[in-house]
Amino acid sequence: MKFAANSVGLVTAKTVHFDAPFRVSCGRDLPNLDIVYETYGSLNSDHSNAVLICHALSGDHHAAGYYNEDDKKPGWWDNYIGPGKAIDTNLFFVVSLNNIGGCSGSTGPTSINPATGEPWGPDFPTLRVRDWVESQRLLADYLAIHQWAAVVGGSLGGMQAMRWSLEYPDRVRHCVVIASALKLTAQNIAFNNTSRTAISSDPDFHGGRYYQHDVIPKRGLAIARMIGHITYLSDGVMGEKFGRELRSGSFEQGTESALEFQVESYLHHQGDIFSENFDANTYILMTKALDYFDLAREYNDDPVSAFRHAKCNFLVMSFSSDWRFSPQRSEEIVQALIGAQQAVSYVEIDAPLGHDSFLLPVERYNQVFTAYMKQISQQLGSDNHAS
Amino acid sequence: MRHDLIILKQWIQPQARVLDLGCGDGALLDDLVNEKNISGLGIEIDADNITGCIGKGLSVIEQDIDNGLSNFSDNSFDTVLLTQTLQAVRRPDFVLEEMLRVGKECIITFPNFGHWQARCYLMLRGKMPVSKMMPYTWYDTPNIHFCTVKDFENLCVEKNIKIIHKTVQMALVGTKKDHRPKWYNKIWPNFFGTHAVYHVTR
Repeated sequence: MKFAANSVGLVTAKTVHFDAPFRVSCGRDLPNLDIVYETYGSLNSDHSNAVLICHALSGDHHAAGYYNEDDKKPGWWDNYIGPGKAIDTNLFFVVSLNNIGGCSGSTGPTSINPATGEPWGPDFPTLRVRDWVESQRLLADYLAIHQWAAVVGGSLGGMQAMRWSLEYPDRVRHCVVIASALKLTAQNIAFNNTSRTAISSDPDFHGGRYYQHDVIPKRGLAIARMIGHITYLSDGVMGEKFGRELRSGSFEQGTESALEFQVESYLHHQGDIFSENFDANTYILMTKALDYFDLAREYNDDPVSAFRHAKCNFLVMSFSSDWRFSPQRSEEIVQALIGAQQAVSYVEIDAPLGHDSFLLPVERYNQVFTAYMKQISQQLGSDNHAS
Repeated sequence: MRHDLIILKQWIQPQARVLDLGCGDGALLDDLVNEKNISGLGIEIDADNITGCIGKGLSVIEQDIDNGLSNFSDNSFDTVLLTQTLQAVRRPDFVLEEMLRVGKECIITFPNFGHWQARCYLMLRGKMPVSKMMPYTWYDTPNIHFCTVKDFENLCVEKNIKIIHKTVQMALVGTKKDHRPKWYNKIWPNFFGTHAVYHVTR
């Protein structure tokens, strides 16, 4: 076999179609929904071992495994999902979906608006995190999962996990919130806005109707990704990885040649790959959902009274070098949970890799995550035994 | 089980909300959850200990108690515990104040530096005591604020802290009988006791 023993191996994406209109929080209806998802592991007899993975800004349903033997890269969270890994597919039935508004197959701006016969584009309804929770709830019903053993997410995914704990308290036993926040800071909104401005000022954007012009706002989307990428890494890790290394040219006196730093070339490469594989309208929609999220808005802006509605246990994790979703943001979550007398564990992982740490192999992160998930599965066993 | 823990368990009510400062790998909290059905939260800074707590299904927060408990509101716990850690904090008086603010009652256990063996060691050898109870050298020890039973009680008077119960023990571990104070221990605890267990409130 080609794949490692702790890989989920070959996976296939499935699509479920919901024919009923879906009321979005902005008041508009989507006439129907397609949700693309993958599952790993198997559902136990009492359907109590299901884990929902909520993806972040640019994620999708392909969280683990490979689509074919020649795939170079596994799913985006393959470091933590698989047999014997933190989210152990020998123990759990893992569900990972592409959120609506996305561009990997679920209903989103690239889907056809039945009213016009054209892609939705910029007319796709504005989404909030709660809309994702609601569509994930539809998927849970479809898969006959009444209660998640855990809802897990990093960054924007963590916001979905927290929202689950408030919207459907009886349907979540554990909530794992990684490198997330109760709401974005002004600086964070500013970064997102700059990214959106880069996209909308690309002449190929055409007010979001670029599909009709057979172009994509590649340059704008690439710049948006470059800005994002800088903020997901730390100063330290960029210095270590690239320093001031030159990719081409020289500083030698008496010469004049085109100079390019390694970091420039790396960022351009990242921007180019991303802009060819991601939809600009989705990027705008997702970053807006991030900006608009405020867990406590409907609870008199009081996170403590918000969390009083939750009934699950929480694990909150942050990373020391993450400045986009700093440990302080996670500590605010923890403080609110303590105030609401909820069961919460918190760790700040010492990791140099910035916000992206949550996707990457980090030893202590893995240990804590594994210990927490294992304890959930032991609970499953004893519950089964009791019944 | 450590003797100070046997003693302090009897002072914790069933179903109480308990905060354990410096909770280690969570052994005490785990016992209290199983025996008294408490709702417990630990605070710890050691990474392996934290993972140990999480593995037991306990709630634990990574936090340095030297920085205070400002993320906890007043009277939000029934009992706050500090076992064998008072001597290792930077400002024991500040930590005590914070404990009494957050908890309705507090239980503190610490090694008694006024024990006759420590006194004799210093008097006869002229060196900082190193023993089974205090195994560290003076320059490399987590214990930066040793105190005696008398010192602790003086601090309680100064800070208006009410002592509900106290026990000064002969040993931290050993046979079951050992933790019961002897007559001479009761008369002169600061001389004969190695470990103190205090149950206090405001």
